[in-house]
Amino acid sequence: MADTIIVVVEQREGKLNRVSWETLAAGQALAGDTGWTLEAAVVGSGVAGFAGEIAAKKVAKVYAIESSMLEPYTPDAFSAALKQFIETKQPKLVLMPHTYQVRDFVPKLATAMGRTAISDCIGYKKDGTKLVFTRQMFQGKLAADVSFACDAPWFVTFQNGAFRGDKVEAGASAAPVETVNVNIADGVVRNKPQEVFKEAKQAVDLTQAEIIVSIGRGIKEQKNIELAKQLAEALGGELAASRPICDSGWLPMDRQIGSSGQTVAPKLYLALGISGAIQHIVGMKGSRTIVAVNKDSEAPIFEIADYAVVGNLFDIVPPLIEEVRKAKAGG
Amino acid sequence: MKILVCMKQVPQKDAPLKLNESGTWIREDVSYEVNEPDAYALEEALRQKEKHGGEVVVITSGPARSQQVLREALAKGADRAIHLEDNAFVGLDALNTARAFAAAIKEEQFDVIFTGLQSDDYGYAQTGVVLAELLGWPHATIIMQIEKNEAGIRVKRELEAGFFQFVDMPLPAVLTIQSGINKLRYATLIGIKQAKNKPLRKVAMADVQSALSANLQKIERLYVPQKTKKTQFLEGPAGEVAKKLVDKLRNEVRVL
Repeated sequence: MADTIIVVVEQREGKLNRVSWETLAAGQALAGDTGWTLEAAVVGSGVAGFAGEIAAKKVAKVYAIESSMLEPYTPDAFSAALKQFIETKQPKLVLMPHTYQVRDFVPKLATAMGRTAISDCIGYKKDGTKLVFTRQMFQGKLAADVSFACDAPWFVTFQNGAFRGDKVEAGASAAPVETVNVNIADGVVRNKPQEVFKEAKQAVDLTQAEIIVSIGRGIKEQKNIELAKQLAEALGGELAASRPICDSGWLPMDRQIGSSGQTVAPKLYLALGISGAIQHIVGMKGSRTIVAVNKDSEAPIFEIADYAVVGNLFDIVPPLIEEVRKAKAGG
Repeated sequence: MKILVCMKQVPQKDAPLKLNESGTWIREDVSYEVNEPDAYALEEALRQKEKHGGEVVVITSGPARSQQVLREALAKGADRAIHLEDNAFVGLDALNTARAFAAAIKEEQFDVIFTGLQSDDYGYAQTGVVLAELLGWPHATIIMQIEKNEAGIRVKRELEAGFFQFVDMPLPAVLTIQSGINKLRYATLIGIKQAKNKPLRKVAMADVQSALSANLQKIERLYVPQKTKKTQFLEGPAGEVAKKLVDKLRNEVRVL
């Protein structure tokens, strides 16, 4: 049997999750480099429509893995369904987006199959016949090339933004769709999930802001936030923060940028005292211009900054507010 | 409730890291601290014990230095500790780390196991979930609230983009805890003093070796990531840097 790559896409609330296209793009690139056959799968209850959507792309085949037990999502049901499916298909590589849902069940699935997952990858390299997957370590300060030291199937999850979803190639003709009904026995699913909800109506929609001034641990104390607020006001922008600031209750949760908060892409993102942990970066790396001020010259935020200031934000920000005000007044 | 908290010692957030000679790991001579989400996991365990009674046991793996994490946990109120002590534990993948923990606690009966949602060094976000599967227990990840009820527990899971979900589940179970679930406490002087007399069980590599295999994944190379963006560094006294930056914002970024 020819080697295959299976991309498991994610659907939620009647829509394919945007990162699914990124993972499909990763699958197409890997298929091109390895010569392996690319297939895709979507898991859930009544997911044939999604399968059709993916079948329009350049894939050899799409599987709709169906069971009424797969809605709502539980790690037990998803792991059981994919285990049955993957054991039958014996793919070489199984690719998924590194979403909160995937990281909830993939380690369980891989372990149940006696395999491992290389999680949260940002790319891959093919060195001769050897395939390595690149992932960030130490909060993005270092990167590692990681290989599989076990038999296939190999599980890999890709970070949000690692590949370009808009680069997915369309197929010459629609790929065949096969429905795979999986059997999930009573008692397999132990968790009882309730409805998904939003905590409170968001007071501020940061996704619409053109300028964002964002603060991290470097702000040190709650009273220092006033300084960042003045800069945001001078620039005509919104104030935002990395997770620790909102965890401390210094700013409300709706001002949080990152994987658990909002994802933004403003014209200007000014990061003050933010080191740039992966969880923050995924929420703002699409910004058109990134300015970073941090006293640690090795902070990962500088990796993605267009303009960098290595120094103490308390030295830089006061004169910066003055200069911005002058520039605005001068027209 | 009898609660196990899995904890890890990681390099301090702003510690400069140096690569070892083979370029496969960092050099040991850095400052370490407790992995942040694990500190929240411990705090949650202490709060659950205060509410429902029971016992809080902390476990870690790593060389002698990692005992510091356990000592701090005991000082904050954990009842006892388990230390899988060997430098070789540092290099284990998530599956083998979870296997080692499972082997070390096989004589114990916990109601629930907490881990931080991921570590600041490897960042796998896997060990807790793998441990649940090895034990045959249900799990839930990225937890922001835990309430005990008659049937088991109700937990609040954090989902992406500001969404949440309550999940009812039976015990025993494994939960991975999100940072910010609670407010961390400090150790008291009395706590630090009492910690010295609390039991700490050491487990050697030889005690759990039979449960382990060769790693299923291998770090071929660790390196400083290549920059993909061309960054302009603005230097000089603060006032000058501010002028330069405003000039860039006006003439290059065009937002002023």
